[in-house]
Amino acid sequence: MPRIVGVDVGGTFTDLILIDEGAGELRLAKVPTTPENQADGVLEALAQTGAALADVSTMVHGTTTTTNAMLERKIARVGLITTRGFRDVLELGRRTRPQPYGLIGSFTPLVTRELRLEVDERVDAEGAVVRPLDEAGVAQAARRLLELGAESVVIHFLHSYINPAHELRALEIVRRIWPNPHITAGHAVISEYREYERGVTAAVNAAIQPVLHRYIERLQGELSARGFANELLVMQGNGGTVAAGLVAEASVNTVGSGPASGVIAAAYTAARSGFPNVVTYDMGGTSSDVALIRAGLPQISTELELEYAMPIHVPMIDIHTIGAGGGSIARINEAGMLQVGPESAGATPGPICYGRGGAQVTITDANLLLGRLNPTRLLSVTTPVSFDALRAAVDQQVGRHLGLSSDEAAAAVLRIANDRMANAIRMVSLARGHDPRDFALFAFGGAGPLHAVALARELGIPKVMIPARPGLTNALGCVVADVRHDFVRTVNRPLPEVGPVLVEGILAQQIADGKAMLARERVSVEGIDCVHRADMQFQGQSHILTVDLPRADVTPAELHRLFEDAYWQRFGVELKEIRPVLVGLHTAVIGRRRPVSLSALAAGDPRATLADARTELREVWFDGVRLPTPVYRRDWIPQGADFSGPAIVEQLDATTVIEPGNRVAVDPLGNLVVTV
Amino acid sequence: MDPQDLRGSRVIDPITLVVLQNGLQQVCNEMDLAFVRAAFSPVISEALDRSDGIYHRDTGELIAQGELGLPVFVGTMQFSTQAVIERVKEQGITLEEGDVFIVNDPYLGGTHLMDVKFVKPFFYRGRLFAWLANTGHWPDTGGAVPGGFSANATEVEQEGLRLPPVKLYKRGALDAEILSIILSNIRIADQRIGDIKAQAAALAIGERRLTALLDRYGAETVEQAIGELKARASQQMRAKIAEIPDGTYEGEAYVDSDGVVDEPLRIAMRVDKQGETLTFDMAGSSPPCRGPMNSVIATTKSSIYLAVKHVFPDVPINAGTFEPLRIVEPEGTFLYAKYPRPVSGCAAEVSQRIAEAVFSALVKAIPDKLFAAPAGTSGNLSVGGYDPARKRSYVMYVISGGGYGGSTRGDGLSNGCSTIGISKTTPIEVMEQFYPVLFEEYSLAEGSGGAGEFRGGFGVNYKIRLRRGEARASMVMDHGRIGPQGAHGGEDGGVNRVRIVRAGVPYQPPHLSKDQGIGIAADDLIEVTTPGGGGFGNPLRRSPQEVARDVAHGYYTRNEAEARFGVSLKPDGSVDAEATMARRRRNGGDTARA
Repeated sequence: MPRIVGVDVGGTFTDLILIDEGAGELRLAKVPTTPENQADGVLEALAQTGAALADVSTMVHGTTTTTNAMLERKIARVGLITTRGFRDVLELGRRTRPQPYGLIGSFTPLVTRELRLEVDERVDAEGAVVRPLDEAGVAQAARRLLELGAESVVIHFLHSYINPAHELRALEIVRRIWPNPHITAGHAVISEYREYERGVTAAVNAAIQPVLHRYIERLQGELSARGFANELLVMQGNGGTVAAGLVAEASVNTVGSGPASGVIAAAYTAARSGFPNVVTYDMGGTSSDVALIRAGLPQISTELELEYAMPIHVPMIDIHTIGAGGGSIARINEAGMLQVGPESAGATPGPICYGRGGAQVTITDANLLLGRLNPTRLLSVTTPVSFDALRAAVDQQVGRHLGLSSDEAAAAVLRIANDRMANAIRMVSLARGHDPRDFALFAFGGAGPLHAVALARELGIPKVMIPARPGLTNALGCVVADVRHDFVRTVNRPLPEVGPVLVEGILAQQIADGKAMLARERVSVEGIDCVHRADMQFQGQSHILTVDLPRADVTPAELHRLFEDAYWQRFGVELKEIRPVLVGLHTAVIGRRRPVSLSALAAGDPRATLADARTELREVWFDGVRLPTPVYRRDWIPQGADFSGPAIVEQLDATTVIEPGNRVAVDPLGNLVVTV
Repeated sequence: MDPQDLRGSRVIDPITLVVLQNGLQQVCNEMDLAFVRAAFSPVISEALDRSDGIYHRDTGELIAQGELGLPVFVGTMQFSTQAVIERVKEQGITLEEGDVFIVNDPYLGGTHLMDVKFVKPFFYRGRLFAWLANTGHWPDTGGAVPGGFSANATEVEQEGLRLPPVKLYKRGALDAEILSIILSNIRIADQRIGDIKAQAAALAIGERRLTALLDRYGAETVEQAIGELKARASQQMRAKIAEIPDGTYEGEAYVDSDGVVDEPLRIAMRVDKQGETLTFDMAGSSPPCRGPMNSVIATTKSSIYLAVKHVFPDVPINAGTFEPLRIVEPEGTFLYAKYPRPVSGCAAEVSQRIAEAVFSALVKAIPDKLFAAPAGTSGNLSVGGYDPARKRSYVMYVISGGGYGGSTRGDGLSNGCSTIGISKTTPIEVMEQFYPVLFEEYSLAEGSGGAGEFRGGFGVNYKIRLRRGEARASMVMDHGRIGPQGAHGGEDGGVNRVRIVRAGVPYQPPHLSKDQGIGIAADDLIEVTTPGGGGFGNPLRRSPQEVARDVAHGYYTRNEAEARFGVSLKPDGSVDAEATMARRRRNGGDTARA
């Protein structure tokens, strides 16, 4: 029976889950992340499980290597070869400014100006060659870039999405000169129009390719030195995995893979408990991530921005991040109004209660003061802070300005924080035509379960699900994720001019390309699923609406109807007067990995009765009063237990707060299901 | 002020107040989002030239506005809502659920004709509770030139179709008669029905969300909150103003010309700060002009509001925000245009000069919170013609960015969007798909950033070649005569330049940045350079290493490094410290840094 390891490298911890289905056994490990070389932490976590590497059949790795490299700009020295007259496109962009108000801000392009070289060539919008490619010029530019110390190179020509011939030819020429495989052609990463977005996406790929390549080689080397000879897969931002041997080719696909794997775990877990429609809610120390899952499938976007003016237009799970996490700071502004976040105390100095010198009241401090978090935490830190000191800080910084007691002030901090998070959830659901009441809320991350029930009340969401191991959700995502490859192709033609052959032809090609990739990877899969979507708009619009397609042989007439329905749902507008345009077609080819049983996750140390699982009765503040609240140890709660709030459920990596009156059931997979 | 003092004035619990502030804001943000995603006009969908808000039932004052609305509409929409309210009272118009007024009259609280407002009475449980309104920039509203930016109109009638407040929707039904009048008077009318429906749908979404908010918290509580939020915003703005040293600060700015008479128009700006009030007096500004660079009073006020919001970005926008700002109405100047003065340039250009005049006054008072002048032009270029290959007429717009000013927080941003906008430029690949043009260049305008201890950002050069057919080019830009102002010893930014090469012969618009109806034919070339940002602080104090880095990037030449920054470089590009020190001593005395 297979033994599967999922290992997720997060900002602070490296989490590992080993599932041995034959033995029905689960092993977990959590070690500090080793930022210099993440592989050290991975090996340390493996060692902690005591498992022999030779016995592991598949290892799936979620890594922040590329995301961090981008955010910290620890990237490769990239060169650019581009169309004459356009080397500054990557610097000028479609610039706005970082904030709508305040005329300041800065932007540093991924490719420094000295390394951006131009060659003669030009293709027009119809794909016709206006100026032939100067082949000697390409070779000369490549040599010059090497002299200037470029490690990787991007070839980015105007209109290559419609006619890639010049990029392909330049690629051949550069390949003969370039000493390594780090060559990216724009159209090969995304075949979409918009020169800035395509160029930046390609430049991101080139900027992190050498970094990822080195990392994976090193990891693979160390693993095989320890006897590992089986499958190594790497998580991608689309929520699927790719074989380690191929991952560096499209490095950009690994950006944002950490949060994506959490969403995948949520989809997998919730579907098995009967909740195909889920809003995921992952609250960490500085921010919270929210995503939408419909019919078991996370929503995908090709229009995400990693940061200001840094679009990454490859298909990624559509995750909305808001600046509210446990470390978010509460303060009174000049209008005398309480604000929570987006400023964060982070991990250092952190919340006051961490005892690391933090002096500003945070969400975590408010939770602690109200009894929602275990007060023994105060004692477990290096320099403990007394309850009185914490109370005084809340009084001083919040309470006295609003005429509130310290308890009331702490409750106010939570209410404002929840309100902000609820608004963010409304933006990804209601604002996109979905009613949050049709979804369940799946809460994870260190702080998600603390707030989830209150948030669900705020939003009218009827059910909340807390998985068995909320703090290990990303690692679980690695274990359960399928292998996945996404393909996007621009069409950009009015629907009446699109014949059925064209749509079927493109989708068939995308399916074939995906299957070819799967064959190259040689990952064992049980079957292949293909998911198709169409990007559409009315003629003259610039924004697109994405429509899920039921099959690959969809007719233009069906496309028309699907688009009109989706448009009506989203905007409440009917436009018989204007022709729809098929902007692009998208296929995800998914190699289904063998389903993993989650029952091992539920295994705990259940006591005979619920009462036996109770560790204390604590005074916890709810809606204006302190109520005596039972505190349960999660792994002691018996299977099938059923109880009502107020209650608190504690486990190593998370605390769940059940508000008064809400019912909790423990399902067979060990999830807490709260009826709000 | 100690926030403690507020406790006495509390009418609603402070936490619900914050929740309702966010809730009202969210209603507007959702309207913004729906409008932009469904719109057809690229000026709305890409350039985000639109805004949505909630306005007071009786006074029309601003209650909340979408965070991503175009800055120039800060404040203007309350004036147009007020115009609708007045019209309703005067004419005894009955308001019914589902009615939507349309209005674009500049003199009735507007901007220019292209900004078309929809104003909808919002009823809650059968009673008028508030107004929802939005504005969107239509690509054309008729008039002498496609797109409406006539550079030399002398009457508003030449600028396009002027709509007084009339009900475009009556009880939810689109009025076919009014619609037909509108569509018969504008160019490329076929897509406007899409924008009209998108604009109305955004208000319908606002209606649903606001109803849900009222259902949950009760109309009375929300109404109390609205009053309290106004008072709080006013208090927050007063607290910001209080930090400015008392005194009178003078600023100014110049519009190149009005497009008809080739003389600069001066904006005189005297900002007087006493206690918690700022007074803006524009007496001494140029008289009304013949060409379209007049500003209507709503736009003049709005320009001051948005300038202040740029300086204090964290104050939320509602009617209270503007209370501590006193504006002396500039009667008798081009900043208070009356019918039939042409006004097409007011929203896009004059507004930005007014903001620049405010910045230039305040940078003297609170240098650390300000910045040298940004490029401050929308750089409108429109090319209208007939494409023989596709057998259709078209109007193409190019809106461009320019450099921002330096500030104590760093160098200016390159290619930032206009002061009054938050628009993204349209991709070249999209332009070439739609129009018979080929871009030959899109590059950073080297040297255009004003030198300073913190230099300005750079503008853009672009060149467009017409591929087939004939067309007419028009442009309304600015800063062709004088670049964006430097501050505290920084240089001005580079100027805006336009050149059109027709059959190989170059032509420069006599008014530099404004011209209209220039006939061009296949193979002719339009070349534009947009302004750089002003520099902040003495350039001789700029770090020589940063100057060397700028030269390595090709931002400045070695000669410019010497002449403009007093920095000498060695042949390998590194700083020649000795020569630099000597040069800077010679030029700048003790203030220089070597």
